[in-house]
Amino acid sequence: MRLDGATLWACASARAKGFAFVTAAALGVFATLLVAAGKDPLEAYIDTLTYVFGNAYGFSELLVRMIPLMLTAVAAALPARIGLINVGAEGQLYMGAWLATAGALALPDLPAFVLLPLLTLLGFVGGGLWALVAGVLRALRLVNETISTLLLNYIAPLIVSYFIFGPWRSPETASYPQSPAFVEAARLPTFFHSRVHFGLVYALASLVLYWLVMTRTRIGLDMRAIGGNPEAAQRLGIPIIRYILTVMFIAGGVAGLAGMAEVTAIQGRLVSELSPGYGFIGFLVSWLAGSSAAGIVTMSFLFALISSVGDILQITQGVPYAVVNILMAVILFIVLGRHSVGSVAR
Amino acid sequence: MNPALIVGVVAGSIMSGTSLLYATLGEVVGERAGIVNLGLEGIMLIGAASGFAATALTGSPYLGIVAAALAGAAANMIFAYLVVGRHANQLATGLSLMFFGIGMSALIGRPFVGVLITGLPRLPVPGFAPGEVGARLLSYDILVYLAAPVSLFTWWLIFRTRWGLGLRTVGESPAAAFAAGLNPQKLQYQALTFAGALGGIAGAHISVALTLTWAEGMTAGRGFIAIALVIFAKWNPLWAIAGALLFGGVEGLQLQLQAAGADVSPFVMNMTPYLLTLLVLIVWGWSRQSVAPAALGRNFVGVE
Repeated sequence: MRLDGATLWACASARAKGFAFVTAAALGVFATLLVAAGKDPLEAYIDTLTYVFGNAYGFSELLVRMIPLMLTAVAAALPARIGLINVGAEGQLYMGAWLATAGALALPDLPAFVLLPLLTLLGFVGGGLWALVAGVLRALRLVNETISTLLLNYIAPLIVSYFIFGPWRSPETASYPQSPAFVEAARLPTFFHSRVHFGLVYALASLVLYWLVMTRTRIGLDMRAIGGNPEAAQRLGIPIIRYILTVMFIAGGVAGLAGMAEVTAIQGRLVSELSPGYGFIGFLVSWLAGSSAAGIVTMSFLFALISSVGDILQITQGVPYAVVNILMAVILFIVLGRHSVGSVAR
Repeated sequence: MNPALIVGVVAGSIMSGTSLLYATLGEVVGERAGIVNLGLEGIMLIGAASGFAATALTGSPYLGIVAAALAGAAANMIFAYLVVGRHANQLATGLSLMFFGIGMSALIGRPFVGVLITGLPRLPVPGFAPGEVGARLLSYDILVYLAAPVSLFTWWLIFRTRWGLGLRTVGESPAAAFAAGLNPQKLQYQALTFAGALGGIAGAHISVALTLTWAEGMTAGRGFIAIALVIFAKWNPLWAIAGALLFGGVEGLQLQLQAAGADVSPFVMNMTPYLLTLLVLIVWGWSRQSVAPAALGRNFVGVE
């Protein structure tokens, strides 16, 4: 079948219409709930739009939110291509942040141009090794990776807490447990006087590389073969175990970059509340996007926008931030109910 | 180890094991029908919040438990409709349900932050003087006493009734169940209603019997431990009792050690249930005896 411009355009506009329908329906359901709780949803929606699109700062904050979502979505999308389900980006993010912090605290005297690449590497390795635990258990056919990555999610934040309450506890801020502040050389640069940081480059580079590898290389072909039919791939001589281990390590590494960027750019130190569930949301972003790179960007944008709604609700209407999870869930419910798509777990 | 500590650990593990047990039993029934529900954590949160709210409003913790069971079952119906009725992906739907539960429980619980309630009353076993070891060891709320009978009942339901036979058939092969004249979808709806009610009760036991306060995200991952416990229990409600006691024991030991001022990091202690689960799964995986329902995680789309 040949795809000409008109067909592509019709396809894209049909998708956009579906997308608009889902979003509108979800906003409606969520608004009904808020009205029932005695709040004013319309005001909150308008406030969100004026906040996000009304000035450069609001929009930059949206970009800041998209960074970890895009990275953790790639962490879920990559394994999904070989039929693995990585629900562990949350834990991998924490371990990336943890190892990067270890580097930042141990080597405060290095110049930035040496230290930052090193911390990036450490963040990648921290997340990668954490995911590799699940990868090894899966490759040895001991534990299903869905359940092991879920469990590892709960261990990683406890390791972080152990360190910031213990060995790394900052002496200056005794009342609030956190690590000492990083030196200036360990801070990831930000752009245009906003909080948009170099992690954006990591996220976009990961997406481009992901797209290139999947569509333009032999490796991508192998991976799609494994995802499509592992037995046939095995017979073709594709080293499945090597792919499982490598893919899990790289996926965890990408999630680790999100954690590394979060501590080196946003926080400037290791704290216990690093992520409001970015890893889980990233998984759903990747699922909604059908593991496509462009879809991941769109869906990250949507979910970042939703989390801004959460902020506005908290600030102007006194609704707990967590309530915005309902809006996210309703969108997912509607998509799930409309048609059963998605590349993970057949 | 002094006796007071041991008594504390035993009583503590029974208390924290109870909630895990109810949640695990519900998930066992659902998975026996071939459905993995990763949204259990969300169901538990909804149960904890609505149970607490109903208790605070009516003054009756028993009504609170009933409300939690109803709320849990109702929330699980969303999951059931999408997975059974619309053939949606089970894992993605489950995680969405978890987020729904986080949000919904925060909305329900918001007016009750800082409210104190009288929780489920302790019903001491008669015959012990107050303060005696026996009195401290044998004084629990109704849900604790009912936990073992409910497990037994669930076991009986799954393995000794015609309904359970149908349920297991659906879990192994929905097509075979369909050919035998059963209605797989109806059975799955029933199983998920039961699972939702138990998940709601499990959450309510935490807020209405243990902490007696509401806090966002208070179930702290117990829903996921329960999912792992199902594998630990090899999909058998009776083994689930042992698993829940073991995991409750870790938590009970930790609370007592902290109270006794032992120099153990609470974070390291908190890790043990998850590490233990992982270890158990590795050992089970090693033995290579798969007892999982054959059609687990797959949707039945009908027979051509």
